[in-house]
Amino acid sequence: MVPDIPRDSVVGTDVITPTIRIQRENFDLATEVAALSAGRRDIGAVVSFTGLCRDEGGTLRALELEHYPGMAEAEIARVAIEAATRWPLTGLTAIHRFGLVEPGEQIVLVIATSTHRRAAFEAADFMMDYLKTRAPFWKREHLADGTTGGWVEAKQEDDDAALRWS
Amino acid sequence: MTQTLAEPVQVATARSVRLIYFAWVRERVGLSEEEVALPASAETVLDVVRWLKTRDEGYAAAFADEKLIRAALDRVHAKPGTRLGNAREIAFFPPMTGG
Repeated sequence: MVPDIPRDSVVGTDVITPTIRIQRENFDLATEVAALSAGRRDIGAVVSFTGLCRDEGGTLRALELEHYPGMAEAEIARVAIEAATRWPLTGLTAIHRFGLVEPGEQIVLVIATSTHRRAAFEAADFMMDYLKTRAPFWKREHLADGTTGGWVEAKQEDDDAALRWS
Repeated sequence: MTQTLAEPVQVATARSVRLIYFAWVRERVGLSEEEVALPASAETVLDVVRWLKTRDEGYAAAFADEKLIRAALDRVHAKPGTRLGNAREIAFFPPMTGG
Protein backbone atom coordinates (compact mmCIF):
# COMPACT_ATOMS: atom_id res chain seq x y z
CA MET A 1 0.00 0.00 0.00
CA VAL A 2 1.03 3.58 -0.54
CA PRO A 3 2.02 5.35 2.65
CA ASP A 4 0.46 8.71 3.38
CA ILE A 5 3.35 11.13 3.47
CA PRO A 6 2.69 14.57 5.00
CA ARG A 7 2.14 17.16 2.31
CA ASP A 8 4.64 19.57 3.85
CA SER A 9 7.39 17.14 2.92
CA VAL A 10 6.82 18.10 -0.73
CA VAL A 11 9.27 20.88 -1.51
CA GLY A 12 11.25 22.31 -4.39
CA THR A 13 11.71 20.08 -7.40
CA ASP A 14 11.02 16.82 -5.59
CA VAL A 15 8.41 14.61 -7.23
CA ILE A 16 5.22 15.00 -5.25
CA THR A 17 3.48 12.23 -3.33
CA PRO A 18 0.06 11.65 -4.89
CA THR A 19 -3.01 11.05 -2.75
CA ILE A 20 -4.78 7.85 -3.85
CA ARG A 21 -7.98 6.54 -2.31
CA ILE A 22 -10.17 3.55 -3.16
CA GLN A 23 -13.43 3.83 -1.25
CA ARG A 24 -17.07 2.84 -1.17
CA GLU A 25 -18.31 6.24 0.03
CA ASN A 26 -18.81 9.39 -2.02
CA PHE A 27 -16.23 12.20 -2.19
CA ASP A 28 -16.41 15.99 -2.25
CA LEU A 29 -14.55 17.92 -4.95
CA ALA A 30 -14.23 21.16 -2.96
CA THR A 31 -12.81 19.33 0.06
CA GLU A 32 -10.23 17.56 -2.08
CA VAL A 33 -9.19 20.76 -3.91
CA ALA A 34 -8.84 22.53 -0.56
CA ALA A 35 -6.61 19.73 0.70
CA LEU A 36 -4.27 20.25 -2.27
CA SER A 37 -4.18 24.05 -2.05
CA ALA A 38 -4.36 24.76 1.69
CA GLY A 39 -1.51 26.96 2.88
CA ARG A 40 0.14 27.21 -0.53
CA ARG A 41 0.79 30.30 -2.66
CA ASP A 42 2.66 28.65 -5.54
CA ILE A 43 -0.26 26.92 -7.30
CA GLY A 44 -1.49 28.60 -10.48
CA ALA A 45 -3.76 25.91 -11.89
CA VAL A 46 -6.20 23.33 -10.55
CA VAL A 47 -7.70 20.91 -13.10
CA SER A 48 -10.22 18.30 -12.00
CA PHE A 49 -12.15 15.54 -13.73
CA THR A 50 -15.19 13.91 -12.14
CA GLY A 51 -16.71 10.81 -13.71
CA LEU A 52 -20.41 10.22 -13.04
CA CYS A 53 -22.71 7.25 -13.53
CA ARG A 54 -25.08 7.76 -16.51
CA ASP A 55 -28.60 6.32 -16.63
CA GLU A 56 -28.13 5.21 -20.28
CA GLY A 57 -31.42 6.69 -21.44
CA GLY A 58 -33.30 5.53 -18.36
CA THR A 59 -32.38 1.84 -18.74
CA LEU A 60 -29.76 1.70 -15.97
CA ARG A 61 -30.61 1.47 -12.28
CA ALA A 62 -27.03 1.24 -10.98
CA LEU A 63 -23.48 0.28 -11.80
CA GLU A 64 -21.73 -2.27 -9.62
CA LEU A 65 -17.98 -1.67 -9.44
CA GLU A 66 -15.85 -4.68 -8.57
CA HIS A 67 -12.16 -4.11 -7.86
CA TYR A 68 -8.98 -5.96 -6.91
CA PRO A 69 -8.42 -4.61 -3.41
CA GLY A 70 -4.79 -5.63 -3.17
CA MET A 71 -3.84 -4.05 -6.48
CA ALA A 72 -6.12 -1.09 -7.27
CA GLU A 73 -4.45 1.47 -5.02
CA ALA A 74 -0.94 0.33 -5.94
CA GLU A 75 -1.66 0.43 -9.68
CA ILE A 76 -3.24 3.90 -9.57
CA ALA A 77 -0.26 5.04 -7.51
CA ARG A 78 2.10 3.75 -10.22
CA VAL A 79 0.18 5.75 -12.85
CA ALA A 80 0.14 8.83 -10.60
CA ILE A 81 3.87 8.69 -9.98
CA GLU A 82 4.41 8.43 -13.73
CA ALA A 83 2.26 11.55 -14.21
CA ALA A 84 4.14 13.40 -11.47
CA THR A 85 7.40 12.49 -13.15
CA ARG A 86 6.27 13.65 -16.60
CA TRP A 87 4.71 16.98 -15.58
CA PRO A 88 5.81 19.58 -13.01
CA LEU A 89 2.88 19.11 -10.64
CA THR A 90 2.40 20.59 -7.19
CA GLY A 91 -0.28 18.07 -6.28
CA LEU A 92 -2.23 15.07 -7.58
CA THR A 93 -5.26 13.30 -6.15
CA ALA A 94 -7.10 10.27 -7.52
CA ILE A 95 -10.17 8.75 -5.87
CA HIS A 96 -12.06 5.75 -7.27
CA ARG A 97 -15.21 4.32 -5.74
CA PHE A 98 -16.32 0.69 -5.64
CA GLY A 99 -19.64 -0.94 -4.83
CA LEU A 100 -23.05 0.14 -6.11
CA VAL A 101 -23.25 3.58 -7.74
CA GLU A 102 -26.52 5.02 -9.04
CA PRO A 103 -27.06 7.34 -12.04
CA GLY A 104 -26.07 10.89 -11.16
CA GLU A 105 -23.60 9.75 -8.51
CA GLN A 106 -19.85 10.27 -8.73
CA ILE A 107 -17.52 7.36 -9.55
CA VAL A 108 -14.05 8.77 -10.02
CA LEU A 109 -12.13 11.97 -9.30
CA VAL A 110 -8.76 13.18 -10.55
CA ILE A 111 -7.27 16.53 -9.53
CA ALA A 112 -3.94 17.82 -10.82
CA THR A 113 -2.43 21.09 -9.63
CA SER A 114 0.54 22.93 -11.05
CA THR A 115 2.16 26.32 -11.37
CA HIS A 116 0.75 26.63 -14.90
CA ARG A 117 -2.37 25.26 -16.58
CA ARG A 118 -0.89 23.12 -19.36
CA ALA A 119 0.79 20.63 -17.02
CA ALA A 120 -2.36 20.34 -14.89
CA PHE A 121 -4.65 19.76 -17.93
CA GLU A 122 -2.36 17.16 -19.47
CA ALA A 123 -1.64 15.29 -16.25
CA ALA A 124 -5.37 14.98 -15.43
CA ASP A 125 -6.09 13.75 -18.98
CA PHE A 126 -3.24 11.22 -18.78
CA MET A 127 -4.43 9.98 -15.38
CA MET A 128 -7.93 9.30 -16.67
CA ASP A 129 -6.74 7.52 -19.81
CA TYR A 130 -4.57 5.18 -17.76
CA LEU A 131 -7.11 4.70 -14.98
CA LYS A 132 -9.49 3.31 -17.59
CA THR A 133 -7.06 0.81 -19.06
CA ARG A 134 -4.83 -0.14 -16.09
CA ALA A 135 -6.76 0.25 -12.84
CA PRO A 136 -8.26 -3.14 -11.86
CA PHE A 137 -11.96 -2.22 -11.77
CA TRP A 138 -14.87 -3.88 -13.57
CA LYS A 139 -18.37 -2.47 -14.05
CA ARG A 140 -21.54 -4.54 -14.13
CA GLU A 141 -24.92 -3.10 -15.05
CA HIS A 142 -28.02 -3.37 -12.91
CA LEU A 143 -30.95 -2.53 -15.13
CA ALA A 144 -34.04 -0.42 -14.44
CA ASP A 145 -36.31 -3.43 -15.07
CA GLY A 146 -34.80 -5.15 -12.02
CA THR A 147 -32.55 -7.58 -13.84
CA THR A 148 -28.79 -7.77 -13.64
CA GLY A 149 -27.26 -6.87 -16.96
CA GLY A 150 -23.89 -7.90 -18.26
CA TRP A 151 -20.36 -6.77 -17.52
CA VAL A 152 -19.46 -3.57 -19.32
CA GLU A 153 -17.07 -4.33 -22.17
CA ALA A 154 -13.78 -2.47 -22.48
CA LYS A 155 -13.73 0.01 -25.36
CA GLN A 156 -11.10 0.06 -28.06
CA GLU A 157 -11.21 3.87 -27.97
CA ASP A 158 -10.01 3.78 -24.36
CA ASP A 159 -6.99 1.69 -25.34
CA ASP A 160 -6.34 4.08 -28.23
CA ALA A 161 -6.60 7.09 -25.90
CA ALA A 162 -3.99 5.62 -23.54
CA LEU A 163 -1.64 5.01 -26.46
CA ARG A 164 -1.54 8.75 -27.18
CA TRP A 165 0.84 9.17 -24.26
CA SER A 166 3.42 6.54 -25.15
CA MET B 1 -16.08 -9.26 -2.45
CA THR B 2 -13.00 -11.41 -2.33
CA GLN B 3 -12.50 -13.09 1.01
CA THR B 4 -8.90 -13.39 2.10
CA LEU B 5 -8.05 -16.90 3.11
CA ALA B 6 -5.67 -17.76 5.89
CA GLU B 7 -2.03 -18.09 4.89
CA PRO B 8 -1.52 -21.50 3.33
CA VAL B 9 0.58 -24.12 5.02
CA GLN B 10 3.95 -24.38 3.32
CA VAL B 11 4.11 -27.47 1.17
CA ALA B 12 6.98 -29.16 -0.55
CA THR B 13 5.97 -28.32 -4.11
CA ALA B 14 7.92 -25.50 -5.71
CA ARG B 15 4.87 -23.85 -7.26
CA SER B 16 2.11 -23.49 -4.72
CA VAL B 17 0.33 -20.27 -5.66
CA ARG B 18 -2.85 -18.38 -4.91
CA LEU B 19 -5.06 -17.79 -7.93
CA ILE B 20 -7.56 -14.93 -7.80
CA TYR B 21 -10.37 -14.30 -10.29
CA PHE B 22 -12.45 -11.21 -11.00
CA ALA B 23 -15.65 -10.22 -12.82
CA TRP B 24 -16.83 -12.75 -15.43
CA VAL B 25 -13.69 -14.84 -15.07
CA ARG B 26 -14.65 -15.32 -11.39
CA GLU B 27 -18.26 -16.14 -12.32
CA ARG B 28 -17.32 -18.72 -14.94
CA VAL B 29 -14.69 -20.40 -12.76
CA GLY B 30 -17.11 -20.36 -9.84
CA LEU B 31 -14.49 -19.26 -7.30
CA SER B 32 -13.04 -15.97 -6.04
CA GLU B 33 -9.72 -17.53 -5.24
CA GLU B 34 -7.96 -20.82 -4.59
CA GLU B 35 -4.60 -22.31 -3.70
CA VAL B 36 -3.19 -24.60 -6.35
CA ALA B 37 -0.04 -26.57 -6.99
CA LEU B 38 1.00 -25.62 -10.51
CA PRO B 39 2.56 -28.25 -12.73
CA ALA B 40 6.31 -27.83 -13.02
CA SER B 41 5.85 -27.27 -16.77
CA ALA B 42 3.99 -23.98 -16.14
CA GLU B 43 6.60 -21.27 -16.63
CA THR B 44 4.60 -18.33 -17.99
CA VAL B 45 1.23 -16.68 -17.48
CA LEU B 46 -0.03 -18.29 -20.69
CA ASP B 47 1.11 -21.71 -19.47
CA VAL B 48 -1.11 -21.27 -16.41
CA VAL B 49 -4.08 -20.21 -18.56
CA ARG B 50 -3.70 -23.29 -20.77
CA TRP B 51 -3.37 -25.59 -17.78
CA LEU B 52 -6.46 -24.09 -16.12
CA LYS B 53 -8.51 -24.62 -19.29
CA THR B 54 -8.02 -28.35 -18.93
CA ARG B 55 -9.40 -28.51 -15.38
CA ASP B 56 -13.14 -28.45 -16.08
CA GLU B 57 -15.90 -26.81 -18.14
CA GLY B 58 -16.04 -23.70 -15.97
CA TYR B 59 -12.37 -22.97 -16.42
CA ALA B 60 -12.62 -23.83 -20.11
CA ALA B 61 -15.42 -21.25 -20.48
CA ALA B 62 -13.59 -18.61 -18.45
CA PHE B 63 -10.36 -18.92 -20.42
CA ALA B 64 -11.79 -19.83 -23.84
CA ASP B 65 -10.78 -16.53 -25.42
CA GLU B 66 -7.14 -16.13 -24.40
CA LYS B 67 -6.92 -12.68 -25.97
CA LEU B 68 -9.55 -11.36 -23.52
CA ILE B 69 -7.72 -12.56 -20.42
CA ARG B 70 -5.62 -10.10 -18.42
CA ALA B 71 -3.31 -11.16 -15.61
CA ALA B 72 -1.31 -9.79 -12.72
CA LEU B 73 1.61 -11.39 -10.89
CA ASP B 74 1.81 -10.33 -7.26
CA ARG B 75 -0.49 -7.39 -8.07
CA VAL B 76 1.48 -6.06 -11.03
CA HIS B 77 0.17 -6.33 -14.61
CA ALA B 78 1.76 -9.16 -16.60
CA LYS B 79 1.71 -10.25 -20.23
CA PRO B 80 0.95 -13.78 -21.50
CA GLY B 81 4.65 -14.44 -21.97
CA THR B 82 5.71 -13.06 -18.59
CA ARG B 83 7.57 -15.68 -16.57
CA LEU B 84 6.05 -16.57 -13.22
CA GLY B 85 9.29 -16.25 -11.29
CA ASN B 86 8.57 -16.43 -7.58
CA ALA B 87 5.07 -14.98 -7.84
CA ARG B 88 2.81 -16.09 -4.98
CA GLU B 89 -0.42 -14.52 -6.24
CA ILE B 90 -1.66 -14.75 -9.82
CA ALA B 91 -4.83 -12.87 -10.74
CA PHE B 92 -6.90 -13.37 -13.90
CA PHE B 93 -9.54 -10.92 -15.07
CA PRO B 94 -11.25 -9.37 -18.13
CA PRO B 95 -10.07 -6.09 -19.70
CA MET B 96 -10.58 -3.37 -17.10
CA THR B 97 -13.54 -0.98 -17.24
CA GLY B 98 -12.93 1.49 -14.42
CA GLY B 99 -12.85 5.26 -14.60
